[in-house]
Amino acid sequence: MADLTASLAGLTLPNPLMTASGCAANGKELHRFFDISRLGAFVTKTVMAAPRSGRGTPRMAETPSGMLNSIGLQGPGIDAFADEDLPWLASVGARVLVSIAGGTPAEFAQVATRLLASPAVTAIAGLEVNISCPNVASRGQVFAIDPHASAQVVAAVREAVPIHLPVFAKLSPDVTDLVTVAAACLGAGADGLTLINTTLGMVIDTDRMRPHLGGITGGLSGPAIRPIAVRAIWQVRSAMFAERLPTAPIIGVGGVASGRDALELAAAGASAIQVGTATFHDPQAPAHVLDELALLLDARGYAAFADVVAAAHPERKHP
Amino acid sequence: MSKVAHEVARVLSSEPAGAYRHLVLAAPTIAAYAAPGQFVAATVGGPTSGMLLRRSFSIHAADPAVGTVEIVVAAHAAGTTWITQRRPGDEVDLVGPLGRPFPVPVRPGPDGRTSAVLVGGGYGSAPLFWLARVLRAQGTHVEIVLGAASADRLFGVDLASAVADAVAVTTDDGSAGTRGWVSDVLPEVLTRSGASDVYACGPMAMLKAVTDAAAAAGAIAHVAVEEAMACGVGVCMTCVMPVVGADGRTRMVRSCLDGPVFEGSRVRWDAFGDGLCRVPDDAVGAPQVGGH
Ligand SMILES: Cc1cc2nc3c(=O)[nH]c(=O)nc-3n(C[C@H](O)[C@H](O)[C@H](O)COP(=O)(O)OP(=O)(O)OC[C@H]3O[C@@H](n4cnc5c(N)ncnc54)[C@H](O)[C@@H]3O)c2cc1C
Ligand SMILES: Cc1cc2nc3c(=O)[nH]c(=O)nc-3n(C[C@H](O)[C@H](O)[C@H](O)COP(=O)(O)O)c2cc1C
Ligand code: FES
Repeated sequence: MADLTASLAGLTLPNPLMTASGCAANGKELHRFFDISRLGAFVTKTVMAAPRSGRGTPRMAETPSGMLNSIGLQGPGIDAFADEDLPWLASVGARVLVSIAGGTPAEFAQVATRLLASPAVTAIAGLEVNISCPNVASRGQVFAIDPHASAQVVAAVREAVPIHLPVFAKLSPDVTDLVTVAAACLGAGADGLTLINTTLGMVIDTDRMRPHLGGITGGLSGPAIRPIAVRAIWQVRSAMFAERLPTAPIIGVGGVASGRDALELAAAGASAIQVGTATFHDPQAPAHVLDELALLLDARGYAAFADVVAAAHPERKHP
Repeated sequence: MSKVAHEVARVLSSEPAGAYRHLVLAAPTIAAYAAPGQFVAATVGGPTSGMLLRRSFSIHAADPAVGTVEIVVAAHAAGTTWITQRRPGDEVDLVGPLGRPFPVPVRPGPDGRTSAVLVGGGYGSAPLFWLARVLRAQGTHVEIVLGAASADRLFGVDLASAVADAVAVTTDDGSAGTRGWVSDVLPEVLTRSGASDVYACGPMAMLKAVTDAAAAAGAIAHVAVEEAMACGVGVCMTCVMPVVGADGRTRMVRSCLDGPVFEGSRVRWDAFGDGLCRVPDDAVGAPQVGGH
């Protein structure tokens, strides 16, 4: 049996599989279907400082091999998260990657600081900084499209949390030059990157002749975007091989629904894999992908998951 | 959260029922846990399909003794059409039972009697006959009101007379029963039966009308809603709607987890309209002017 250990930014996880933020709520619901502590890490729904209602409905539309969502970051706020959700995750033994957001760099830092005051702080494996979140200072454009704004957010969070807690910046694929944003985030102190968040799309209801979603546009996810995730991971990992970026671990996410898909993202350069939308199809998807990946590594004769990370890059094949 | 199972169910039978299809599925674990008002979520299209999201169906009946779960399906678009095309021996991947069931028993009236009215619109009547049997077994007087656009869109008129003390039928076009809507006949049924509780399942506009009629008659409405759902199990936050909590505050709650059955008087009907639902300004965490 292959060694599934995943090592990233000082973290050692028993395996590389994770939930994706916003696709697993905060654990209780999925724990009815499988033991979430089996996963390398559990990634929580992005939490902000105050409770948020999110947007009106419809919030989703099914699309070919995918879906659009426009949830609007609904959540209980950091107080309830730190006092209720995180302790529950700790009680079942989950290693938690906490996804945070804010409307300003200061709110990101405030959320991170409040998190550290949770009675369950030891369950935190790291922070995932969701910069695909509207920036109040630029009239609601997301931080992720602006390398400078992204760097400000990462720096504020990095300063707020102790150095032993790794900080991952989660990037949007909807940018002209992903490597520039990755460089800004790593330069500002991010220990790693999560690639990718959803890509913006739209569906029109042709019966009513109006946008289908209440929020007009929405984030596209699911197998439909897997090639975009593979491309994004490949580009950033290639820039690391070319020394245009400091080497840092990448958490891959986008359209993973099987062990083969997980292997594909790993081969492109991902050191860990998140499963999002596939969970809506199969509530046990993250566990099933883990089991399939383990079988696949054995069938291919790999001794360790680490051996397949970036394995499709020529630099890795012929160092 | 109640017990839930994920199992591959075998189709035992699929029969036409007016405009719908009635399927009996072998799903022993779901059958063992289910209560009236809960639903199942099925994958559609087979393993190579591009349709990722599950489709939800009210549980029409569940028999733990033989391990069966029954659903009634209207072919709406591609996913539901695929379900109606399943034949005995085919498999359907099911998760369930999901959501909160209808609350039983009903409150006794001043004379100690209990009385309930069950209202179904179209295939929305599917879960009501099982509920009627449960209520009758507890000694409750049960009346059923069924409505639909036309006779072929009524479901279970034959079943209703076997499980209820009285049955009323309405159709928009008058092809069966009284011409009109269920809300046209409901006030009279409520007054005559003295029901304390009204249970309803059907389109949103009907549920609001039932809630209003129940309030006018001093009864409580329990409505089962049907909001678009991506996961059915509480993890995606797509199925939310504004509901007033015990503390009097409105929250956007998940209808798959906190519903699909809600007390009608707690639903913020004012937020719904034209196929959309907005976030009421006074909802917890509602977007503030000039804020996010
Ligand atoms: C709790 C609940 C109980 C239901 N019970 C029944 C039942 O007993 N019998 C029955 O025939 N139908 C029932 N429905 C409605 C049924 O789920 C939808 O008609 C079906 O999902 C539409 O799928 P489609 O592929 O045909 O349509 P499409 O429009 O192609 O579906 C696309 C997406 O939108 C969602 N969607 C579309 N319409 C609805 C809707 N009305 N409600 C929920 N999601 C929708 C689908 O789940 C899917 O994700 C119920 C829905 C809910 C939420
Ligand atoms: C309904 C839904 C809600 C999401 N919410 C969040 C969120 O709160 N924070 C975040 O960083 N990403 C969020 N995402 C994005 C996912 O975490 C993931 O990056 C994306 O969906 C691509 O992966 P997938 O194809 O496996 O779903 C959400 C995605 C979906 C479908
Ligand atoms: S349908 Fe996903 S949370 Fe309700």
